[in-house]
Amino acid sequence: MSGHKESILREPLITGKNITYAKITDDILMPVENKPNRAWWIGFIVALCGATLWVVSVGYTFWFGIGAWGLNKTVGWAWDITGFVWWVGIGHAGTLISAVLLLFRQNWRNSINRSAEAMTIFAVICAATYVVSHMGRPWLAYWVLPLPNQFGSLWVNFNSPLVWDMFAISTYFSVSLLFWYTGLLPDIATIRDRATGLRRKVYSIMSFGWAGNVKTWQRFEAVSIILAGISTPLVLSVHTIVSMDFATSVIPGWHTTIFPPYFVAGAIFSGFAMVLTLLLVARKVLGLENYITMFHIESMNKIIILTGSIVGVAYLTEFFIAWYSGSEYEQYAFINRSTGPYWWAYWMMMTCNVISPQLLWFKKIRTSIAATWILSIVVNIGMWFERFVIIVTSLHRDYLPSSWAMFYPSWVDVGVFVGSIGVFFTLFLLFLRVLPSIAIAEVKLLLKTASEQSKLEQIKEGHLEKEHVEEYIESLEKFDSVKQEDYAKI
Amino acid sequence: MNNIKYILGSFGDPDEMMHGIQKLQDNNIKIHDVYTPMPIHGIEAKLGVKRSRLDIAAFFFGITGTMTMLSFVYFAAAYDWPINIGGKPHFALPDFIPITFELTILFCAFGLVGSYYASTHLFPGRAPRVMDLRATDDRFIIAIDAKENAEHSKIDNLLKEAGALEVKYNERKYVSYE
Repeated sequence: MSGHKESILREPLITGKNITYAKITDDILMPVENKPNRAWWIGFIVALCGATLWVVSVGYTFWFGIGAWGLNKTVGWAWDITGFVWWVGIGHAGTLISAVLLLFRQNWRNSINRSAEAMTIFAVICAATYVVSHMGRPWLAYWVLPLPNQFGSLWVNFNSPLVWDMFAISTYFSVSLLFWYTGLLPDIATIRDRATGLRRKVYSIMSFGWAGNVKTWQRFEAVSIILAGISTPLVLSVHTIVSMDFATSVIPGWHTTIFPPYFVAGAIFSGFAMVLTLLLVARKVLGLENYITMFHIESMNKIIILTGSIVGVAYLTEFFIAWYSGSEYEQYAFINRSTGPYWWAYWMMMTCNVISPQLLWFKKIRTSIAATWILSIVVNIGMWFERFVIIVTSLHRDYLPSSWAMFYPSWVDVGVFVGSIGVFFTLFLLFLRVLPSIAIAEVKLLLKTASEQSKLEQIKEGHLEKEHVEEYIESLEKFDSVKQEDYAKI
Repeated sequence: MNNIKYILGSFGDPDEMMHGIQKLQDNNIKIHDVYTPMPIHGIEAKLGVKRSRLDIAAFFFGITGTMTMLSFVYFAAAYDWPINIGGKPHFALPDFIPITFELTILFCAFGLVGSYYASTHLFPGRAPRVMDLRATDDRFIIAIDAKENAEHSKIDNLLKEAGALEVKYNERKYVSYE
């Protein structure tokens, strides 16, 4: 029942005074229903320049072939797969927030799931473009599909992790899209019913005729929970399979059974960092401080410490096992990683992924917006270096010292990578303009139960224990959207 | 008799709306439907909406995916074009588990969402059947068929007693979309 009030021992999920259902709609739809401000335009133009660079670089690659990149006969995979794994990893947070946190009934997901899912979809698009562009002959990309063909119906090799990856990524993308869009229907209907003219017509088509009657809502919730149930193993399987691209090979440094859990933890780690990078800016620019509160930021930071520490343990385990295995090649691969010509990349990875996230143990840092934002970018730099270290340092010194080489990226490599960030931000900024960045209906669910005002009412009713109230008011200190003087007289 | 087709009780609060439903039901007034901006928990039991069978459908869609992939990969790898890789079995089941799993999820998700859209009549371009434009914003609407329930003033009173901010008499079933 919506009338059930949540205990004040939990922090509020919506802050602010006089929040009504109408105000939630108005606040969240503000960027959709109004002309964009200057900050949006600046961001959009910069992102669009990046996207243009991507088009040029990928066009150049298609025209002249993979030779345009800095690859050589020893390092045959470098920035392309680094970028691919990096983007797929970033995508994982969206599904984790929307599916896993739904299964665990973590209500704080309600205000961040929509934009995190959008981020997932755009990140997987960026990853998929890498897959296609690194194929060499992208016009034959359909060869990865098991289609009947003229070559004597020779099928794809189902024993190959690259084929599994194709299945995993395309399933992940389409299921995420389905989950995201189904969740968007009620919110699109809200925009439709407030719009006029052509806007109404467009949103009407997009809303699939949503009316919000009892049966539709009831089935909607059933669908959400089942989709969450199947997306949870899906998201774990996707990065597991991505890791198998490496783990099932026999290259020292890749051939390790720790890869699946370690990649999944790393993916969640980098995904949450990207969610924070985006939302800390979005909440400020779009004025959503009351819905994405300090509690949300702190919770995400806690997930970052957890997954960052798992990743740290995985790095150390990998190192230990290399020594313990007694395999000379395995040992060399790891010694070379940390002290060889790419030592700077290895230590960059260690610093950004293992050491600096430990700063989040300090409450001051984890509740500081500036520090969190910087750390979230540091984590993403670190996660990019992780993939670079795994891929390039394992390849660049193979069994024949005469073929040892270094990898130097060409301008096209850099262009594709920087450009893909541009594509991502272009899509994300467009999303903020045309669709609600917060799930309106889901936030409305929290208004009567978990908002600051409903908790304040409970306190004013005066049946609560004094120390609980004190503890609650103390917990509000970290919120930048709560005024402490409101609680001074209580 | 006038042309009123539907009486709408417009509430600003979900609990008051639930109260309104209770009051109407106590007076044997049949409720046509309820339109809300967010899911209301417990309302389906009150209005007699049957339990969803989408979970059962999802299971069978999933199993279909599993069987499809397993039989296809058997056909492709062991029957149609078997390749001898170091004498290893053609139908190497552990290798096919990841793709079988992915196809299970894919079939399950698309089958489930497809069934949901079909059963609730959602598809792109469908004219929205909206009775009150604020039902997707901040109002919780109880719709009562005015032709079936003749005592309009009684309904009006019941709704207002329960806390309805407004009672509307619609002469058209759906307001704005043709």
